[in-house]
Amino acid sequence: MLTKRIIPCLDIKDGRTVKGVNFVDLRDAGDPVELAAIYAQEGADELVFLDISATEEKRKTLAELVYHVAETINIPFTVGGGISSVEDVDILLKNGADKVSINSSAVKRPELINELVAKFGSQCIVVAIDAKQIDGQWIVHLVGGKVPTEMDLFEWAKEVEQRGAGEILFTSMDHDGTKNGFANEALAKLSDLVNIPIIASGGAGTIPHFTDSFKDGKADAALAASVFHFKEIEIKDLKNELKEEGIPVRI
Amino acid sequence: MKLVIIDYGAGNIQSIKFAIQRLGFEAVLSHDAEEIRQADKVIFPGVGEASSAMAKLRDTGLDKLIPTLKQPVLGICLGMQLMCSSSEEGNTTGLGIFDLDVVKFPNTVKVPQIGWNQITELQSDLFKGVPEKSYIYLVHSFYAPKGEDTIAESDYALPYSAALQKDNFYGVQFHPEKSSEVGSTILENFLKVI
Repeated sequence: MLTKRIIPCLDIKDGRTVKGVNFVDLRDAGDPVELAAIYAQEGADELVFLDISATEEKRKTLAELVYHVAETINIPFTVGGGISSVEDVDILLKNGADKVSINSSAVKRPELINELVAKFGSQCIVVAIDAKQIDGQWIVHLVGGKVPTEMDLFEWAKEVEQRGAGEILFTSMDHDGTKNGFANEALAKLSDLVNIPIIASGGAGTIPHFTDSFKDGKADAALAASVFHFKEIEIKDLKNELKEEGIPVRI
Repeated sequence: MKLVIIDYGAGNIQSIKFAIQRLGFEAVLSHDAEEIRQADKVIFPGVGEASSAMAKLRDTGLDKLIPTLKQPVLGICLGMQLMCSSSEEGNTTGLGIFDLDVVKFPNTVKVPQIGWNQITELQSDLFKGVPEKSYIYLVHSFYAPKGEDTIAESDYALPYSAALQKDNFYGVQFHPEKSSEVGSTILENFLKVI
């Protein structure tokens, strides 16, 4: 049976993890490769690296990082952040990334999805969507959720699927950072609307939040950052509890 | 041992190369017929779209070479699918090694299948030391049905071939290079046991 995936997300700047992490057994708390290896060992199903550097020079650092991650870990990983062209994706995949995620660049030029799918295949193209509710309507936002667009989350998700994306990473900006649980209602609606996997993001605070994202939110995978980095939730405990709740997980 | 990964411009070869390195072996990337023919073992990777990958194989003559190889050959993911008779993806003929037609998953399930699923009915030395129901990582929209060459099954909407074998040809639908310890055992079996 296909299992539900647990995905720690690492924010990267200039080749280093950004947020402080609370791993006592880490020799170098800022080294993404070492952190990735620990997560792989602890049972993470997949990893996401979100690069928040901006300049060209730093992009090279990202490609080098991808190379070292691929060299070290034996689970799949996705790289996102500032990717806007076929060339960007080509470099990351050649260095060993399994998937890339695009966000603002797809909103600005939706044809980019088709171009990437034609060249690399659906299986490695994830479209990340940040959205928040404005007057009851889920509106797509850009620049890490700061800038609203005029697009409706569900319409955009449908279009993303039709253009060939392999997966959608949906972050609710209303839930992100709150630790009050995922946006399960919107997640379930998304999951019913499109026939590609949905990764839930934003709001994880406790183990039951993950359970709810799968049961109520019908998510195929759940992503979180700080609860894992600060060891508030251990992946092993999380998976054991999910299993007890009858949710298929890889243990 | 000389190990060659067939390089025909399709997909993520770097991860396979790294996985082999982690096992203490080195692989050469090559599209040279003579070099491939002389290898002790050959890995035939593939990620992407079937008909364009077949076109690349035809352009380089590799479509003729691969079915004539005598040493152990391991097709991975799209590589395995291309070793079948045909694929519904882009309506292309395949290399015809496995007498199976690759078709798309029904839309009663999410397509592509992405993530960790289990392998069962393991029937080859490729799976030596790998327990039934082990988890492996897959990403695919098309599948090879079960057939007489099936050496492992998985289940998504229906039971299908997770691995195939005929003579010296092996194919796995999953990514051993991304399937944690289980995947590295399977790769190691291909390199050492087979």
